[in-house]
Amino acid sequence: MSQISITKEEKRKLRNRKYLKIKENYELYLLLVIPILFVAVFNYYPMLGVQIAFKKYNAALGIWSSPWAGLYQFKKILTNPKFFQVFRNTLTLSIYQLVITPPITVTFALCLNAVNSKFYKKTVQMLTYMPHFISTVIMVGILVQIFNSRVGLYGNICKMLGIEAVDIWSKPSSFPHLYVWSGIWQGLGWSSIIYLATLSSVDPELYDAASIDGANRFKQLIHIDFPSIVPTLVILLIMKVGHIMSVGYEKVLLMQNSLNLSTSEVISTYSYKVGLQSGTDYSYGAAIGLLNSVINLILLMIVNKISKIVTETSLW
Amino acid sequence: MNSKNQSKIKLCAGDRVFYSVVNILMFLILLVVIIPILNVISSSLSDSKMVMQGKVFLLPKEFSLEGYKVVFANKSIVNGYLNTIFYTVVATVLNIVVTLMCAYPLSRQDLVGRNYFMFFFTFTMLFSGGIIPTYLLMRDLHLIDNRLVMILPGALSVYNMIVARTFFQTNIPKELLEAAKVDGCQNIAFIIKIVIPLSKPIIAVLSLYYAVAHWNAYFSAFLYLNNPDKFPLQLVLREILIANSLSAEMLVSESERIQNDMSEVLKYSSIIVACLPIWLVYPMIQKYFVKGVMLGSIKG
Repeated sequence: MSQISITKEEKRKLRNRKYLKIKENYELYLLLVIPILFVAVFNYYPMLGVQIAFKKYNAALGIWSSPWAGLYQFKKILTNPKFFQVFRNTLTLSIYQLVITPPITVTFALCLNAVNSKFYKKTVQMLTYMPHFISTVIMVGILVQIFNSRVGLYGNICKMLGIEAVDIWSKPSSFPHLYVWSGIWQGLGWSSIIYLATLSSVDPELYDAASIDGANRFKQLIHIDFPSIVPTLVILLIMKVGHIMSVGYEKVLLMQNSLNLSTSEVISTYSYKVGLQSGTDYSYGAAIGLLNSVINLILLMIVNKISKIVTETSLW
Repeated sequence: MNSKNQSKIKLCAGDRVFYSVVNILMFLILLVVIIPILNVISSSLSDSKMVMQGKVFLLPKEFSLEGYKVVFANKSIVNGYLNTIFYTVVATVLNIVVTLMCAYPLSRQDLVGRNYFMFFFTFTMLFSGGIIPTYLLMRDLHLIDNRLVMILPGALSVYNMIVARTFFQTNIPKELLEAAKVDGCQNIAFIIKIVIPLSKPIIAVLSLYYAVAHWNAYFSAFLYLNNPDKFPLQLVLREILIANSLSAEMLVSESERIQNDMSEVLKYSSIIVACLPIWLVYPMIQKYFVKGVMLGSIKG
């Protein structure tokens, strides 16, 4: 009997202490009210709006009172041949990007870290970070100018070499290359920062020990530098896989033209087009968007789980 | 670093090859990064005929500021510029206030329920309602074609909030709060008198992050704004740089193209005018940006 009463007493005390803590810090909770309101309205409320994917949206009735349609919209998606083309385009772009970008970034970071002139290193860093600050619109604008087959830099180089310049913008097959490589051009320097930071915290004694053992700088790079950035690399890869279905639609939308749509239409731009631009089939557009988000979330969870088992590195 | 000095003293043949390869590789990458930028800059400073004939490579040909005159005489560009400045300033101030309001409480170990709050915020990084439900919300809130749509929806970036929270956790020691409490200082007074003065570096980093994002944003304006008077610079540029050229490129006849040859130089100079503000302050702020990336990477 006495034991139970003690634990009850302790529980009460604990609860009291918690209550006192909340009371003492009530101002902190008041501060949180505004950010919570913003996130609730602009992030969580649209999540409730996702229900229109399971409804037949009727403008007169609004989101909440439109009639339910079950999985009608999803059946419509899966029986639409256009969707499979869009799905394939999305996967092509993101897998291409996922396979190409990390090795290039990692190689760049490892080499930059090995540069032995401090001034040279700083210069390379400063100039390669610069494209990161170019906006999407300007980036695509520059691409359009540079790859203009008649008056752009690309056209001029072809002319100089005496080659017939192909009009890249009207060729669907060149779209993925244009998209991925311009992304690398823009992000190479910036995404190397995190690796360089990790590399700068490697214990210098490791290098000394290695050079005593006769390892040259290249061997040090392979056996010291590279292993030290693997955990960072794994975390970044997990996050990237979690976004595999969400290709940067802001950029894709700008790079599209009537001639390259067969490779440049991705799920998110398609969702926007059927939902907002050409028609007002909100339910159908929202269903496509939802499908996209759900696939992303599931992929993120799977990859996180696998990585937890294999490399013991995970997001949560 | 010691090892590098050593290797400098007696570079073996293998190392010498290694360093030359690395240096050459970096130089090639540098060229690839710089050449397009140089080409755009020189084209913007060249005579329109030279640009149209494709004679401009890395240096301006027949130097001319005609392009810039056209840009500044273009009403929609100037108007877009002013709009962008307005959106960037107002939205960034709101961002900073909301981010600090959110990050400081969540950085406090003694905040009961802190993990639940954190989950509430970070979940939005994993899942979102999508474009269409968000659009319908904006419509219901009467934010379509309203300037506030450029300011309110992105008031809090959860990523930046986490950066700020990490900063508070590592830079505001608990003892400081305890000492302040002994002296009878309450939470709000502590924040105003101690936390904010100590967080100037993080406020600088966040302002830069947010300001650059607002300066460069076009998509929400593209979705929600209809009135050209309210367009930010990026949306105006989209029309000048992309909307016309990609479709018109293949249709317009040779003679028509030569007629509006000024439009080519205008494109180059408007690119420079839009990038210039960021490129001018960039050398000064570069190190702060880098610091921000580091802070974001050590998530608590």
